[in-house]
Amino acid sequence: MKKHLAFFLAMLMLLGLLCGCKGATGKNTSAGMKDNSITVGIAQDLDNSLDPYKMTAAGTREVMFNIFEGLVKPDKDGNFVCAVASDYSVSSDGLVYTFILRSGVVFHNGAKVTAEDVMYSFKTCASTSVTAALVEALSAVDAYEVTATQFSIVLKEPNPDFLSYVCNVSIVPKDYHDQDTAPVGTGPFKFQSRRVLDNFVIVRNDDYYGQKAHLSKVTYRILEDNTALFTALNSGSLDLVAHLTIDQTKNLTNGYRVAEGTMNLVQAIYLNHDVKPFDDVRVRQALCYAVDVDAMLKLTSGGHGTAVGSSMYPAFGKYFDESLANAYPHDIAKAKQLLAEAGYPNGFSFTIKVPSNYQPHVDCATVLVEQLKAAGIDAKIQLVDWSTWLSDVYKGRNFEATITGFDSSTLNASGMLARWETGNGKNMINYSNADYDAAYRAARATADDAQQTQYYKQCLAILSQDAANVYLQDLVDFVATHPKLKGYEFYPLYVMDMSLLYWDK
Amino acid sequence: MKKYNGFLLCGGILTAAMLLFILLGCFWTPYDTTAMDPNAMEQSPSWQHLMGTDKFGRDILSRVMEGAASSLFIALCVVAIGCFFGLIIGALCGYYGGIADAILTRVCDSITAFPSFLLALVIISVAGPGTYNIIFALGILFIPSFARIVRTEYVTCRDLNYIQSARLMGAGDLRIMVAHILPNTLTVLLSALTIGFNNAILSEASMSFLGLGVQPPTPSLGYMLNESRSSINSTPWYMLFVGATIVLLVLGFSLLGEGLQRQAQED
Amino acid sequence: MKYLAKKLAALVATLLVVSLLAFLAFQVIPGDPTTKILGTEATDEAVEALRQELGLNENVFVRYFRWLGNFLTGDFGMNYSRHMPVSQLLGDGLVVTFALTVLSFLITVLVAIPLGILGGSARSQLLDGAFAVVDQAVMSIPPFFMATLLTWVFGILLGLFQPGRYTSYADSIPGFVACLIMPALSIAIPRIAMTVKMLRSAIREEMERDYVRTARSRGNNRRAILARHVLKNAMVTTVTFLAVSAAEIMTGSIIIEQVFGLPGVGQLLLEGISNREFLTVQAIVVILAAWVVVVNFLADILHQLLDPRVRYE
Repeated sequence: MKKHLAFFLAMLMLLGLLCGCKGATGKNTSAGMKDNSITVGIAQDLDNSLDPYKMTAAGTREVMFNIFEGLVKPDKDGNFVCAVASDYSVSSDGLVYTFILRSGVVFHNGAKVTAEDVMYSFKTCASTSVTAALVEALSAVDAYEVTATQFSIVLKEPNPDFLSYVCNVSIVPKDYHDQDTAPVGTGPFKFQSRRVLDNFVIVRNDDYYGQKAHLSKVTYRILEDNTALFTALNSGSLDLVAHLTIDQTKNLTNGYRVAEGTMNLVQAIYLNHDVKPFDDVRVRQALCYAVDVDAMLKLTSGGHGTAVGSSMYPAFGKYFDESLANAYPHDIAKAKQLLAEAGYPNGFSFTIKVPSNYQPHVDCATVLVEQLKAAGIDAKIQLVDWSTWLSDVYKGRNFEATITGFDSSTLNASGMLARWETGNGKNMINYSNADYDAAYRAARATADDAQQTQYYKQCLAILSQDAANVYLQDLVDFVATHPKLKGYEFYPLYVMDMSLLYWDK
Repeated sequence: MKKYNGFLLCGGILTAAMLLFILLGCFWTPYDTTAMDPNAMEQSPSWQHLMGTDKFGRDILSRVMEGAASSLFIALCVVAIGCFFGLIIGALCGYYGGIADAILTRVCDSITAFPSFLLALVIISVAGPGTYNIIFALGILFIPSFARIVRTEYVTCRDLNYIQSARLMGAGDLRIMVAHILPNTLTVLLSALTIGFNNAILSEASMSFLGLGVQPPTPSLGYMLNESRSSINSTPWYMLFVGATIVLLVLGFSLLGEGLQRQAQED
Repeated sequence: MKYLAKKLAALVATLLVVSLLAFLAFQVIPGDPTTKILGTEATDEAVEALRQELGLNENVFVRYFRWLGNFLTGDFGMNYSRHMPVSQLLGDGLVVTFALTVLSFLITVLVAIPLGILGGSARSQLLDGAFAVVDQAVMSIPPFFMATLLTWVFGILLGLFQPGRYTSYADSIPGFVACLIMPALSIAIPRIAMTVKMLRSAIREEMERDYVRTARSRGNNRRAILARHVLKNAMVTTVTFLAVSAAEIMTGSIIIEQVFGLPGVGQLLLEGISNREFLTVQAIVVILAAWVVVVNFLADILHQLLDPRVRYE
């Protein structure tokens, strides 16, 4: 019996060795090089309607970025560049936005883009979009003015962020009603086919007005199991996979290149201010002092990732304040002292609800529990599935603490900060601070960009002083690509731009 | 008689060794099972860390010791629940037949077909996560397979001659079921028990994987096995040690079962 | 005929119980399909309007019986977040899952029965012991772990197949079957070990029975007894076990489909549960239950044919 066991163990060891040797060799050809196509692995199906105004999942937007465009679109530096419009101007009072339509832009179905289509798109978006902030911004439109080559938007009141909302309004053909299943846009790629839980295929738009895509076809392969996705990548079946964890990059043995970017979100321990003891600012501050963010980054992502300190991530360079990340240096004695002042000399215990489908959050929560022990705080993890998290924690606000990441769905600062206004529907932590409300409202009311930036920075400082949440980091984002596949660029938002990729033969 | 001792002996020694290992883990582990060390992440086995360390720098040996204890506890309870109720339901259904049999068989079929993930979600939504709730959820799922096997044996046996004669001699139903038919089912039941124990350990693994079992950072073999799966290239020993612990644990019990079974056949 | 009618009634009863249970389950767990469709940014009014539109605000039992009525007329309802009729969604998935089940089952039967007979009739103590240990070691490997090991060894180390590749049966039947081989093996290998164990112990038990001893003392050949009597009797338990296996393979293929990225019913079920698509989940649960009942029914009939002592009236 012992012999068999030894044999079994020896076999496993041997496999381990074989694998170690494998690391030296890398595959240098991909099936896609022949027909100029690539296969990209994604961790979730595009399970919603493909209608640009009804898309909700970040994973869906990430793919559809290649198909739909607005009058302007974001580039890799976060600036808005012209897309369906060839030029635009803003009146000096900030009330009139005039867009010159680019000539010769055609939809994927062959129809020419007209000013009528643009107006139809804005009106449909304003009435049907599931993004509440977008609907709100468009409701401030007084009138649309259309000529053959021009499209103007007249606002009721100035809004320095307005261009970021324009960017979100995808231009779609008028009176085309199959966007749910057969999306038609103007982007560098067009939709070809999809198969439930299997794949999603897009092909190059040869009539694209701008720089045409290099690749002729991109197949997204859906592999919902993380290990399966990784194994497929490591075996060379996939040419590109984004959003890998540090462990996965360490496990990669096939010679793929790994690029490092950021996820562009704010990961934090979000605390419910309506439950004791988190209603007490001293307790929240104590938590901030008790958490060692640097050590957490080291343990969970090998030191990658960026500490944030408030509700803004570094890609928003204009507003991001680096110094806030150091507002609460790791200091257990201070934490204990604050707890004692708040009436918890022996610490307290609480439960942190963690969405189980997202490993980086689970990892950070695990480290958190360990770090809080030193301050006498007993935290317990409760894993919940995503739907339970959405309805119970996010919507129902039935939690003490949770860990998640928030990004800006509208590509502007207010997308990060609106939610913390008293009584906001998305204010899941029930945060309420009169100073914050005043600063935020002032920021929204001004038409002056510099002044607005100042107010937003003030908002961020208040969130930090108030220890509204235990701010952790902007997560690191690793992308692995075939060594011959070049051109990948990180965007300051959650998208993968396929038009820049090419095979370097 | 003599030739069967091999199974009993090996199984006994292996089981005793594993139990000792687990018992030791209940009182003492080389390191704190949740203590992290940023300077000792993903180390290969050494004299400091006999099984190496995981991605947080935690000592794998310590976690295996504690994790095996909780996994063993869950698996034993689940099998006990499944076997106990399965035996009762199977015996009653098989012996009496009729409407009750029809209904209970339907219920068992329903449970087999019902997605375990959904059932666990329901129980955890109602009662919250926790070791006892997961035992309850898995226990229910384990009843049908036992019930079905026992029922088949009772259906086969109830009309046999010696049972008929026992009945004629005035033995009550209960006596026949317990004293006459039950011994006949022992062989099959023993196999089913070892398979059940095996499945229970593995089910705990899947449940923990879906976030419905033992909550991190508390170690459990299932959770660790899943964790090790993703670092198969960089830390193969992690998977190896956790996997080996599960195999040895189950193997010990099953050899013991096999030995007992042969002993019973011999007698 | 009467027997068949009874079985049919039982089938219907099981399906009713299962569908009701599944329906009630979604009353208990938090969340509804609207969050998936509208996302986190939606206003409360929008959510409420959608709930109204989907009929989620009506009485539980009204909704159940409406579903039942529709279901009986062949209308399985919609998968809301996919904007797709459930029947259309399940069609493709069922082909994949069913093919996977059949393939796994075939592999299990074809390998386990000869192996079990070999193991059960082994007279060498060493061979017997080796069987027990290998059997047990293989059994102790969870299917999802077996899947990881197989992919690692055959996919990454040996490069014999491409992990993550999937060919739809609509494109190429041989390609489709090729994609199913590894997943089927992952399911079958632990099953084979279990079946071998059952069969071995059943054969050994039979060999100890009086009639075998008598036959042997009369000088009958061991192999002949084995072939003529023992196997037939030993098969009774094994067939029951295999039937339960066939049912469990289908219900248990969920994780394997996930690990290999096969678009089968299992993945649809997991997705349905996590998106709270109760209509989809109910349809799947009913189909799985029907499968379990039918397979068990076939097992009963087989059991009866093999063992004349048993009479299911």
